[in-house]
Amino acid sequence: MRIEVRNLTVRYPGADIPALQDVSLTVPPGTLFAVLGPNGSGKSTLARTILGAVRPEEGEILLDEAPLGSWSRRRMARAVGAVAQSEPLPFPMTARELVAMGRYAHLGPLASEGGADREAIQAALERCDVQDLAERRVQTLSGGELQRVRIARALAQQPRALVLDEPTSSLDIRHEMAIMELLHGSAECGITVLLITHHLDLASRFADRILLLSEGRVAAEGPPGDVLDPTVLGRVYRWPVVVELDALTGSPRVVPVRRSTPPGPATTGGAANGPDTREAGP
Amino acid sequence: MTRRRRLAAVGLVAVLVLPLGLFVGSVGLTPGEVLAVLLGGGTPTHRDLVLQFRLPRLLLASILGGGLALAGATFQALLRNPLAEPYILGVSGGAAVGAVTALALGWAGLASWSLPLAAFAGALLAIVLVFRVATAAGRALDVRVLLLAGVVVGAFFSAVISFILAVSDARTIRSAVLWMMGTTAGADWRGVAVAATYTIPAALVLLSLARPLNALSVGEETALYLGTEVERVKRIAFAAASLVTAAGVAVAGVIGFVGLVVPHALRFVVGSDHRILLPMSFLVGAAFLTAADTVARVLLSPTEIPIGVVTAFVGVPIFLVLLRRSTLR
Repeated sequence: MRIEVRNLTVRYPGADIPALQDVSLTVPPGTLFAVLGPNGSGKSTLARTILGAVRPEEGEILLDEAPLGSWSRRRMARAVGAVAQSEPLPFPMTARELVAMGRYAHLGPLASEGGADREAIQAALERCDVQDLAERRVQTLSGGELQRVRIARALAQQPRALVLDEPTSSLDIRHEMAIMELLHGSAECGITVLLITHHLDLASRFADRILLLSEGRVAAEGPPGDVLDPTVLGRVYRWPVVVELDALTGSPRVVPVRRSTPPGPATTGGAANGPDTREAGP
Repeated sequence: MTRRRRLAAVGLVAVLVLPLGLFVGSVGLTPGEVLAVLLGGGTPTHRDLVLQFRLPRLLLASILGGGLALAGATFQALLRNPLAEPYILGVSGGAAVGAVTALALGWAGLASWSLPLAAFAGALLAIVLVFRVATAAGRALDVRVLLLAGVVVGAFFSAVISFILAVSDARTIRSAVLWMMGTTAGADWRGVAVAATYTIPAALVLLSLARPLNALSVGEETALYLGTEVERVKRIAFAAASLVTAAGVAVAGVIGFVGLVVPHALRFVVGSDHRILLPMSFLVGAAFLTAADTVARVLLSPTEIPIGVVTAFVGVPIFLVLLRRSTLR
């Protein structure tokens, strides 16, 4: 699926400053597209607007060339799987039941899950390595386990695009890497992946393109090597960073500078309000 | 025990309990005698007892109990709060204001046809009021505002009731208090018809919304991403559940705890899939209230205990035991 956003401006009711201002982006099919930016820069708003949960003030969103408004919720859920930042779980239910919800948009009004649905559910559970947790109550799962179950639900939708809001934020390195490999593999199979993350290095290693948001505006967009520029990052995050090429992976690695650490040989990003590294230290 | 077995066991018990009210009472009847009456035979006394007294009462209690439990399960899913119950949006307060006003002004006695009408009007007033408040801020229906508006409107209505009772005579107060405790004592076929007319179609609507209600119970944002028309489902479900509650209150007053205890307890036993939970809530709610009604009739015979008192006496201990067991797990 091709996701296009043109000149998007979003303002929450009663807010003076727009949450997003004149944001444009294009995610071609089969791309792993990461959205980065500081807290409150509009990343989640961007995802929720693309998913139709927030109404934009201006601009348009096209999914496979068709405006967002022309997609029914049901049709959309069969094409786009989404994992929101969090969700309430007030009632006891098993992980399998939660994943089975991913099939709802595929079922007739009163039909129950058939063989194909059960296969999709099982496959999704296995791809996220949670098949052993299937009969556990979701309330008893750890944060990381629950997160994988929620990703499995999005996969059970058998979508052509995935939109995920910080899906790896509570995962250990094994499951973080496993999920990133899975998303990368999905993108290689032609699924469009829009990933919101705070993890700059994961984005650097896995994403085809990165969008950097700053106070609701696009600060930079392009391949990781172009976007992960120390000056730009330093300005956007208001903290000095060093960017070095990782010897092992060959991808840019972002290292935030400690107050007491003198700047290294690599280029350092300046920050208007950040600590001045040159004066720090004994 | 597997969930499937527990489901079957609970269902079986409910089905067996459901018709007990036909046999038990001041005059005990054997299943054969009841069957004879239902098939068009039996002695005139038995026919009178079953067809004019016990059967309408049983049906009314079933419809009300089933409806209240179903409405409770729906409110719990919509508000994502396992402690929500059918009266949480002020429906009972509105109905009580209608009924008490009618009683105080002498428009209606406890047994008159205009009392349910006044109660129903009051309930609808409460629903419209709460909905208007919850949808005023924007176009979307905000369940948090709905909940707050319901509680506040309910508090206002109880102040109105206190005011009316304060200036009423002793007879009116007694009638009003009896009505507010909930009673199926005056059940007749007309009451059954009124309750069924509102409850059955609304119940069918709610049963058809089981899957969207599953989705809504994990939050409106996620429900949207799973393909749910969130606004439409919320509005229809709130309206249908409120209507069921309003009809119930209008016919038999405020019967507490059925709508809270039955769906909440069932979640532990059969799980939270509303495709199973909703029909089971109706069935078990119906069985629970017919049993309570029978107890209300028989325990201090010939004096009747208000059915709301029985549901509280039975419902509260069950609820507390379940609550304790659930936190231990």
